[in-house]
Amino acid sequence: MSILKTFKLGGIHPKEGKLSANSPIKNFPLPKTVYIPVSQHIGAPATVLVAKGENVKTGQLIAKGEGFISANIHSSITGKIAKIDEIVDSSGYPKKVIVIDRADEEIWCDNISDSDPNTTKEFSPEEVKQKMREAGIVGLGGATFPSHVKMSVPEGKTAEYLIINGVECEPYLTSDHRLMLEKGDEILKGISIMMKTLNTKKALIGIENNKKDAIEHLQKLSKNYSGVEVVPLKVQYPQGGEKQLIDALIKREVPSGKLPIEVGCVVQNVGTAFAVYEALYKNKPLIERVVTVTGDSVKEPSNFLVRIGTPIESLIEAVGGLPETVAKVINGGPMMGKALSNLSAPVTKGTSGILLIDKKEASRKTSKNCIRCARCTMVCPMGLAPYLLENLANRKLFESSEKEGIMDCIECGSCSYTCPANRPLLDIIRVGKGEVNTLRRKRVQK
Amino acid sequence: MGQSQLIISHSPHIKGKDSIESIMYGVVIAMLPALLASAWFYGIGALKVVIFSVIFCVIFEYLIQKFLLNIESTVKDGSAIVTGILLGFNLPSSLPIWMVGVGALVAIGIAKLSFGGLGKNPFNPALVGRVFLLVSFPVEMTSWPRPLDTRTMLSIPDALTGATPLGLIKEGVAKGEPIAEIMKHAPSHLDALFGAIGGSVGEVSALALIVGGLYLLYKKIITWHIPISFLGTVALFSGVFWLIQPEKYVDPLYHLLTGGILLGAFFMATDMVTSPMSKLGMIFFGTGAGLITILIRLFGAYPEGVSFAILIMNALVPLINIAFKPKRFGEVKNG
Amino acid sequence: MDTIIVASLVSLGGIGFFAAVLLFGAAKKFKVEEDPKIDEVNEILPSANCGGCGYAGCRNFAEGIVKNRSLDGFFCPVGGNELMKQIAEIMGLTAQEKEPMVAVVRCSGSFKNSPAKNQFDGVSSCKSAHMLYAGPGGCPNGCLGLGDCVTSCPFDAIKISSETGLPIVDEEKCTACNNCVVACPRSIIELRNKGKKNKRVFVSCINKEKGAVAKKNCSAACIGCGKCVKECPFDAIVLENNLAYIDFEKCKLCKKCVPVCPTGAILAINFPEPKKIESTDKKEKIELNKKDSLNTPNSTQKNMNNNENKTKASDSENNSDKKELVVEEK
Repeated sequence: MSILKTFKLGGIHPKEGKLSANSPIKNFPLPKTVYIPVSQHIGAPATVLVAKGENVKTGQLIAKGEGFISANIHSSITGKIAKIDEIVDSSGYPKKVIVIDRADEEIWCDNISDSDPNTTKEFSPEEVKQKMREAGIVGLGGATFPSHVKMSVPEGKTAEYLIINGVECEPYLTSDHRLMLEKGDEILKGISIMMKTLNTKKALIGIENNKKDAIEHLQKLSKNYSGVEVVPLKVQYPQGGEKQLIDALIKREVPSGKLPIEVGCVVQNVGTAFAVYEALYKNKPLIERVVTVTGDSVKEPSNFLVRIGTPIESLIEAVGGLPETVAKVINGGPMMGKALSNLSAPVTKGTSGILLIDKKEASRKTSKNCIRCARCTMVCPMGLAPYLLENLANRKLFESSEKEGIMDCIECGSCSYTCPANRPLLDIIRVGKGEVNTLRRKRVQK
Repeated sequence: MGQSQLIISHSPHIKGKDSIESIMYGVVIAMLPALLASAWFYGIGALKVVIFSVIFCVIFEYLIQKFLLNIESTVKDGSAIVTGILLGFNLPSSLPIWMVGVGALVAIGIAKLSFGGLGKNPFNPALVGRVFLLVSFPVEMTSWPRPLDTRTMLSIPDALTGATPLGLIKEGVAKGEPIAEIMKHAPSHLDALFGAIGGSVGEVSALALIVGGLYLLYKKIITWHIPISFLGTVALFSGVFWLIQPEKYVDPLYHLLTGGILLGAFFMATDMVTSPMSKLGMIFFGTGAGLITILIRLFGAYPEGVSFAILIMNALVPLINIAFKPKRFGEVKNG
Repeated sequence: MDTIIVASLVSLGGIGFFAAVLLFGAAKKFKVEEDPKIDEVNEILPSANCGGCGYAGCRNFAEGIVKNRSLDGFFCPVGGNELMKQIAEIMGLTAQEKEPMVAVVRCSGSFKNSPAKNQFDGVSSCKSAHMLYAGPGGCPNGCLGLGDCVTSCPFDAIKISSETGLPIVDEEKCTACNNCVVACPRSIIELRNKGKKNKRVFVSCINKEKGAVAKKNCSAACIGCGKCVKECPFDAIVLENNLAYIDFEKCKLCKKCVPVCPTGAILAINFPEPKKIESTDKKEKIELNKKDSLNTPNSTQKNMNNNENKTKASDSENNSDKKELVVEEK
């Protein structure tokens, strides 16, 4: 076998811990109450269209994304709007949510067909973009960037490649892996819709080599789809980063501060491809997603198909409750996920996994002097010098840190992961990024 | 509920296995073969120098941090042990123990802790200690005992008493003798490979040093950049002179096997604190150190130049770090 | 021989002369006219370069004054009125008196009032923690207690109390340079007037959440009930977005609002307490007063009771708690 492709700069290989890889996706029982945040995407919050006391059906539009990078929000269950209020989100800050109490019987919105018509349909590019927008599809990898925006190729640019991210480089998470295994055909249909929309001849699905079954499965299926190629990749974190994935697959470097379309690529997640299929074939908006619930001391690491707005608590209960030894709960993977301060927060479109971390791994070790071992610069996938950025941010030299490329940092955490002196490099770089952003805003004002 | 407080922190939430301790003790393990080889060839004297050097370094570090600086002691991280072994490796096995103590005090007290401790020192502490001793006690520092007769499997010429192979060559060249003549009473390449030659405790056995170096590379404690560029430059540069005037200059292999080059390239130039932070910078650093070493060996007053070469390159590291930054991903040119 | 001497004399002299002409020309051409007053003003400035005046440093401030030929908008908070008078003398202008200000921490979310729900594990930086989550007590506007204000203070005037987890301003040292106000990612610190004999009344909370939500996280939060607004005889209190704010320019320090506040969010500090013996040590006094003012209206017992009979009880309870103060008023 030939040498597997990967990105050229840096990278680490953390313990994979894919405990739930062999557990098939289970439908999660509908919760009694859902809490649907009106802001589940970057960009302005969506405008609420419903009022307290109103009855809603599953799939009904309840908040409209009006900004350019906003997305629609749909009701994920049938029921009555209990209230529209602010609740504390996973980080403890108040967020506006629509609270819906479930009715006994589930009624889907009229035009949604739950069965696959199994006929090849033709869609015009405009129709596809329109449908994607209506369905409220956002990037399901975690960044929650509205997907329809990516599908509009700016003038003067062509999308040579559609790149599908099936890398799932985050340890522990298996939601994309299971989706590829179980919904392979649907994903490929979604991909061919997107290819036609973008007028692209070539689609590459990048999958890391630790998911051999998914690679084989999709390779077999993709024979029926022209122009779709499955590319096995070497296991290396953070290969799921847009820029790293493009580099790994087609050896092109996205220039600093630019989008992938600059090098003729559009990157979408496999989950997004599946959502596109659902939106186009079934008219079904994005009201559910696959969530991995896992952790070293979890009895039954599982993958669930969960309705948006389900409280995270109930997911943890479904895998046997919070074990005594757990000290940290993370929304997402261990490298880039956010620690939860409050377990009643709901699952949103960007929740790819819930990870329970044991006490012995939860606390950070005391940080020591930098021994200048240069490991951080060796692992940085963006070719930055994290030790230098940390130093500059500590000394409040934000202008110089901007020159050193602090804004290129993708916050993958490889530097903090690898630092033998346990320095919290990324924490400080984040503060620095915030300060540089303020500087930039001031400059624009001037 | 009933759950105790959840811990909140920024990502990443997992941590790699590397720690300062694992690196330092890895280096200690890598130096063991050379230490054993030295003990084999020089007997208990070599062991004594190294062990006392380690003890002095650890004690000085502990005392200074505890009573002078009033900070938490970092003795446990193993860096003082590494400094101690390296210092011992750079001394002749016949050096009086009190001199070892002076060297350890200079290495730990002046070269390391006065700059702020581990990670802040611009110069390799062990080398500073060694150079201090070399200029303070030149006689003791350059009188080398000969290897134990019983331990040499290979024949040692009788002429070899208390001089390093490089010292012999320097002396001979100064007298105008041709290399072929000098080599007759200098140790052979094979002697140098195994370590049956005169020299500092740690530098004698090329084979043991190579084994240790490979261990460091295998454990990913060091990268190949500095050792390869260092050794490559030495081979290339001395090779050029050898090809031009083989009667005046000794062959490059002999340069590589004798003196402190292997010890320097694998263990001292690669000291993380005092070496550059980017791959290109490391190559520049190794190349520079190799060049200076050969210049000193061929044209300088001292027969050996590894310590000075590394110290000079140490001084240049801040500039190298500015000049050779890692290549950024997607860097926009002229931006 | 002679020719060599002559030649060298001529050539060296020539070079010397040429250089002199060049230097003379350059000195003429690039001469910077600088008002000697800049130096004079700079001389008497505190040279702390704290930036409290809004300029990059003391010299920058002096340049600004001399350039503008007016003292409008110039004020050195460190030197205060006295210094401004001296500057005015140098400049031949009149200085406007400004009331001395002091930094005030508007949060009562101490360990007791707002018990920690989470454990933060990271860099001791409020900015970093602010990005991550609402804070240990759960209040999204509460003090994170990680000391960004402490590190920003050039006068060593602010400390985090180990008892409450809140910053304490040393009023003797504070110069109202504004650095901590900028440094706090949650804008908890405000510059308020020092007031007569350092007496001040202020709302020690900036939480704009609804009462019930705010109360859940912190027993000393302003719940926006408006009682203080009704009580104030001088219209000095405004209620906006569930939060009361006392306008220090209108406040006459009558303290009537303090006892009516059901949560004890309004603090009156540096008022003499009849029972207490005056401490001679200033610093100690401030700390004592601060602690007292934090604890009197919303003491520990109340906090504990609170857990049992949540919100309703608070009114009656507080009344009993406040009795002391009310009696004093009568």
